[in-house]
Amino acid sequence: MDVYLPIANLSVNGLWIVALGGLTGILSGLFGVGGGFLTTPLLIFYGVPPTVAAASASTQVTGASVTGVIAHSSRKGVDYRMGGVMVAGGVLGSGIGALLFNFFRAIGQIDVVINALYVILLGSIGLLMAKESLGILRGDAAKQAPRRRHHPLVASLPMRWRFYRSGLYISPLAPLLVGVVVGILTMLMGVGGGFILVPAMLYILGMSANVVVGTSLYNILFVTMATTMMHSLTTKAVDIVLVFLLLLGSVTGAQIGSQIAVKAKPEILRLVLAAIVLVIAFRMFLGLFYQPDEIYTVYPL
Amino acid sequence: MRALLLLLCAFVLMGQRDPILVPEVSQHEVQVRQGFTGTELLLFGAILDPGGRAAGSEYDIVVVLKGPSEAARLREKERFVGVWVNAASTDFRSVPSFFAVASSRPVSEIVDEKTAAIYEFGTDYIQLSPSGVIDTEEQARFSAGLVDLKTRQQLYKQDFGGVQISEQVLYQARITLPSNVTTGTYTAETFAVSRGRVIASAQSEVEVAKVGFEKLVADYSQDWSLVYGLLAVMLSVGMGWLAGRLFAMI
Repeated sequence: MDVYLPIANLSVNGLWIVALGGLTGILSGLFGVGGGFLTTPLLIFYGVPPTVAAASASTQVTGASVTGVIAHSSRKGVDYRMGGVMVAGGVLGSGIGALLFNFFRAIGQIDVVINALYVILLGSIGLLMAKESLGILRGDAAKQAPRRRHHPLVASLPMRWRFYRSGLYISPLAPLLVGVVVGILTMLMGVGGGFILVPAMLYILGMSANVVVGTSLYNILFVTMATTMMHSLTTKAVDIVLVFLLLLGSVTGAQIGSQIAVKAKPEILRLVLAAIVLVIAFRMFLGLFYQPDEIYTVYPL
Repeated sequence: MRALLLLLCAFVLMGQRDPILVPEVSQHEVQVRQGFTGTELLLFGAILDPGGRAAGSEYDIVVVLKGPSEAARLREKERFVGVWVNAASTDFRSVPSFFAVASSRPVSEIVDEKTAAIYEFGTDYIQLSPSGVIDTEEQARFSAGLVDLKTRQQLYKQDFGGVQISEQVLYQARITLPSNVTTGTYTAETFAVSRGRVIASAQSEVEVAKVGFEKLVADYSQDWSLVYGLLAVMLSVGMGWLAGRLFAMI
């Protein structure tokens, strides 16, 4: 089924795009991540211009996270106060991200920057997750990792607020900064930032585990909305037809994923996610050092 | 006096040898709409000598189809401490978005290199108008890189032998436009070549445009970007919500 994408200026096989959306949807349902880290590289691999791929992938993540937010909020799994602070930071971050994007594009290093970011972030987070879930699987499941307090740096920040649902009494500057970082990455990499946000909430802020996924999705929902707007106003690269096809797959996939998630063991799920993340990071790592397929790239002036 | 007469005769005779080209394109408007996967253009026409007789055997035909040009910067990747990064770059002022040439015989047999360069008979001869100061060798490397890239994207092509001349009078060439073509006005030029010289040329135009829904989307994203962005957000929120509702019912 051939579908012409009016912004990407390209004809694609619609079924492939729906399938790709479905795959990322299943991932997002299973693990509570947006799946943008998979969509963007695969779309680029398919021939979609990188900017269009990043912009449209972030719009797709909005749709995939809506259902999750609704589900989590109905069982009080979203800390709106914490989420609100992070969203504020995220919107700020996506603005900074847009500036950085234009800067790196002007000096011609945007693809290297994006690849390097993917390698560093996916690599370190993948290793962290793999180590932890392996440790749990190896036997001391009863012991579990001791419930951590937040990072000492967080406690040293001034001005404290109470975040009841997270069970925290910390400075709002900490989640704000986390939000800013995630916003920048969302704009640069076309990812929702879930795979960074969840570990950051658990290990840096020390939020209680039952609100982490819901609050993360809540933040992703609004930040990807902001990035979509940012992209439509600046790069004008959101392809609504591409978004529709991706959504068709991902909203269904997300439902299937969450059905599986209820039945599967969480440690195994995390190990699988860690493996996927590490494979992608490794592929991108090789990409930095191997001679690229294209030595030359054209930028319109 | 005698010499003048000879010269006059020569002019008249030479003038008489100039053929008439009647070019035509199968479609003057290519509509890019849903399901567009590229299209094939048929460039055809007739070659007649002024007496109205078929003149195909005496001439070679070259057709050049060119898309709208734009300025572009080409960057070259180089290894830097093991990592491939963009290093040198050069600017071109007129990079055609599409370029296809077809001829009745290999261009090297029809004209010399200089003439080929003047009329852009071949992807090696595209006038890219490089700007900035770079030495010739480097310039050639960049141009070759650009042409190679565009050729593999199927946007630049040359087909020597792609023009068929039938019954000494009709010529035709088929050129395929891939789905990733840029919209705009394309020019199709036809040249009649004899003894290494271009002796007649004619031009026609092809308009490649998005129509219907595709045009609407492209226009909206440019002119109403705020509304367009809001629509995109609403679409994704709406679809996510709807899917949640539908699955909740199952």
